[in-house]
Amino acid sequence: MTAGDRPRMGFFTDTSVCIGCKACEVACKEWNAVPEDGLNFTAMSFDNSGGLGADTWRHVAFIEQRASVGVQESGVGRPDGASAPVDLGMPAFEKPGDSAGADERGEFRWLMSSDVCKHCTHAACLDVCPTGALFRTEFGTVVVQEDICNGCGYCVPACPYGVIDKREDDGRVWKCTLCYDRLGDGLEPACAKACPTDSIQFGELDELRARADDRVRHLHEAGIESARLYGRDPDDGVGGDGAFFLLLDEPEVYGLPPDPVVTTRDLPSMWRHAGAAAAVLLAGITATFLGRRR
Amino acid sequence: MSTSDVTREGIRGAHPGREALTGAVSTLDGHRREHPRGRRIRRGEPEFRSYYDKPVLNQIVWEPRDIAGYLFLGGLAGASSVLAAGADLTGRPGLARPLKYTALGAITGSVAALVNDLGRPARFVNMLRVLKWTSPMSVGSWILMAYGPLAGAAAVSQATGILPGLGRAAALGAGAVGPAVAAYTAPLICDTAVPAWHEGFREMPFVFVGSAAAAAGGMGMATAPVSQAGPARRAAVLGSALETAALWRMERRMGMVAEPYRTGRSGLLMRAAKALTVGGAVGALLGARSRRVSAVAGAALLAGSACTRFGVFHAGVASAADPKYTVVPQRRRLEERKAAEANESAQAAASSAAQEAEGSADS
Ligand code: SF4
Ligand code: SF4
Repeated sequence: MTAGDRPRMGFFTDTSVCIGCKACEVACKEWNAVPEDGLNFTAMSFDNSGGLGADTWRHVAFIEQRASVGVQESGVGRPDGASAPVDLGMPAFEKPGDSAGADERGEFRWLMSSDVCKHCTHAACLDVCPTGALFRTEFGTVVVQEDICNGCGYCVPACPYGVIDKREDDGRVWKCTLCYDRLGDGLEPACAKACPTDSIQFGELDELRARADDRVRHLHEAGIESARLYGRDPDDGVGGDGAFFLLLDEPEVYGLPPDPVVTTRDLPSMWRHAGAAAAVLLAGITATFLGRRR
Repeated sequence: MSTSDVTREGIRGAHPGREALTGAVSTLDGHRREHPRGRRIRRGEPEFRSYYDKPVLNQIVWEPRDIAGYLFLGGLAGASSVLAAGADLTGRPGLARPLKYTALGAITGSVAALVNDLGRPARFVNMLRVLKWTSPMSVGSWILMAYGPLAGAAAVSQATGILPGLGRAAALGAGAVGPAVAAYTAPLICDTAVPAWHEGFREMPFVFVGSAAAAAGGMGMATAPVSQAGPARRAAVLGSALETAALWRMERRMGMVAEPYRTGRSGLLMRAAKALTVGGAVGALLGARSRRVSAVAGAALLAGSACTRFGVFHAGVASAADPKYTVVPQRRRLEERKAAEANESAQAAASSAAQEAEGSADS
């Protein structure tokens, strides 16, 4: 079956509704039997996994900022006609700093974002893999075949997003498969299934893009100018991401590269330069034999 | 033991040293670093934002000794074969013999280093499942497959005197494939997102073949009789000059991303490489008549070539580890693109306004 027969599937991660519960991290570990790699206190925020790696296929970033919290008000930009927020009847209490006054309190907000492999349209990891262990599935996603991967580690520095990584104890690389096994059975990926706020949405990429455009428009109308889509544009350096994001700040704040480019874009030029250098070497050494016989 | 209390008025009795200011500090893996916004900005150092100063890219998983060694030995082997073939053709057996042995020894060491990094030999064979132009490592594996047996046959025939005709053909063949062996390692490392490697992709092949020629020349100077080592000396001088010039150009073109080539461990290695290479070249020029000077200069050239590869390797590692080298150039690129677009649309608006003005003047 060719990729053309089926719609391309992907993720749209709307970080504006992420509550940082890490359900996706846990669901991913559970479903994919990803080994435990130590829940280390990183001493920088509530982030205890640090970043994507061989044993962290979903990573929730926590960013503390001195900025107005208003932009994170739940219900902002709700589609018209959606029901109002439900009172869960939780015991109420005074918020910290309420009695101290607004000046004392200062501004503060959390940005949370669940990061994952981008399943790039032009995937550097897939391009550089010398064994063909990485392949593009019928869903348009990028998956490692663990029985072929040979642990050369080439894909690791090739990925412009810092996603794929080598597992210490088995020497092979691992990353999000977009739950290839679940997709084959008509199920949605574990993380999207577990996400309680629908921050992680799974579906046909075209539909997700339309949905994302809608959401950004709503947020802009609600006055949240900082909302932007990341990885949505099919004309960007990687041809657009199969997993893209709605962010509330610059990508680098979330640990994402601002303008990633697939490394193989320059490869034809690299081969040309290498060919020229090889010719120079041959000509140069040949020249050393000309002239004086000494 | 905690002595703080959460009260209606806020937190009471909290330990002052525990006060966690947003964004004041970021620590991971045990070492404390200042938050980028708090970090001392040296003059000319661009400001940037990042996720708690964590790298954007994942760390290179290659062992420096294996992979930098692989780059060095591959270059030495490739250029040695070219020199050996020339020596064969021009009747310099004293130069051809040691270089053929060098080529075989170096390529064996290079493949051994690669296999060591992969973990087991079967994994090298696995590389030959496919041939992919988009993967320099795949192309390189095939180049090695073509080159290795030729270099081996040339050396064995030389050593044993068996089948001299075939041995000579093998030596010529190895000489023809040699430049590819020396050059392909540049795309190998440049075809990554590692800033200090990728940004240098135009010059890196010339750095590598220059360094390879210097190493092979040095080997020839150190092992061949002075009377036959002329081409080796000239190759050493040419190679050193090419390497030095290409590096100079590369650093200038890369801008801030060239920093890792000047600082830290990689900076040290690159400086050592330059001193050894230039010193070796001077020795090759001045000490042509002296066996001893030739040997010392040859050793310096070999060491210089090795330092270049380790320096380039570590510069890549350093540039991947600091988000600055990923974020700042990309952000700059984005901003320039935005500015260009704004400029374009402003021009379009101006020209359409001018057209309108013209139109209304006509009527
Ligand atoms: S994000 Fe990295 S690992 Fe994922 S498909 Fe793109 S290049 Fe490959
Ligand atoms: S898609 Fe599956 S593998 Fe990928 S992050 Fe989500 S749960 Fe994990």
